[in-house]
Amino acid sequence: MVLGRSERGKPPVEPVTLKILVAGGFGVGKTTLVGAVSEIRPLRTEEVLTEAGRPVDDTHGVEGKNTTTVAMDFGRITLRQDLVLYLFGTPGQNRFWFLWDELATGALGAVVLADTRRLEDSFAAVDYFERRSIPFVVGVNCFDGAARYPADDVRQALDLDEAVPLVLCDARERESVKEVLIEVVRHAMAHTADRRPRVTT
Amino acid sequence: MSGDDQGSSRWFDDEAGPVVRPYAMTRGRTSHAAQHRLDLIAVVVTEPHVDDPEPDPSLSPEHVDIVELCRDAPQSVAEIAAELDLPVGVVRVLVGDLADEGLVHVTRPVPPAELVDESILRDVISGLRAL
Repeated sequence: MVLGRSERGKPPVEPVTLKILVAGGFGVGKTTLVGAVSEIRPLRTEEVLTEAGRPVDDTHGVEGKNTTTVAMDFGRITLRQDLVLYLFGTPGQNRFWFLWDELATGALGAVVLADTRRLEDSFAAVDYFERRSIPFVVGVNCFDGAARYPADDVRQALDLDEAVPLVLCDARERESVKEVLIEVVRHAMAHTADRRPRVTT
Repeated sequence: MSGDDQGSSRWFDDEAGPVVRPYAMTRGRTSHAAQHRLDLIAVVVTEPHVDDPEPDPSLSPEHVDIVELCRDAPQSVAEIAAELDLPVGVVRVLVGDLADEGLVHVTRPVPPAELVDESILRDVISGLRAL
């Protein structure tokens, strides 16, 4: 039935949305990286966690008893009116691993930011994405004053699979961060192409 | 800390956190039948026929805020949460209510594994280059 009601302008465009995760240890520059390319000041959203969502055996009677909040920083890049890329900084603390699963679901790919002075802080993130076969690239954030190492040495120290791209970057520099993100998308394309069943040949 | 000048000084401030417990806004519900775990980047769009939801007595102020926020520009769940300063879990429940009522609809993101059309990823790359 057509009513005579006038429309409010034309309906807004509903964009296709994609997300890329930014992981790495505490203080490695995740929020800086998001801020360097985001068109909005990195926003912060909080997830209230209840124990009920965790795979524990006996939560009977105590559902929602223990709640804690975790903040996630995120940014937005509108590539086209109908294509929007979101960047999510993963919570740094290890005890929030289970929250990563939710973030990682449906993610296009990830950046693992690394600081050569504290490479071990990146191990957990590398391991996480490897296990779930989520395409990721390692971005070595070149901090002022930190010694520069050849990419191959860093790669070896992280025990990276040779298919995983490693890029040196500066999380404060927009151009540098753009390159990192482009590398993530490229890698994701190659990754899905590999996994797609070959039905045509 | 005097009780005389009410209104000018309260004994709590913003640092004290919200006065209303988050899930009070959802009347205690922590999940919604229709939400199917709305992704953080699921986009909420106010239905074009929805005029002013305010008079609807079944809606909370937060419901109304979401309808208004997503009217001009569709917003992702994460953006709604940040904008209204509500936990993501609360937003999910409220959006579920609104979808049930037909006030908004939600477009779910396509999982990249199902992005059969590689051209979207090419568009992302060229979009990033052009930034």
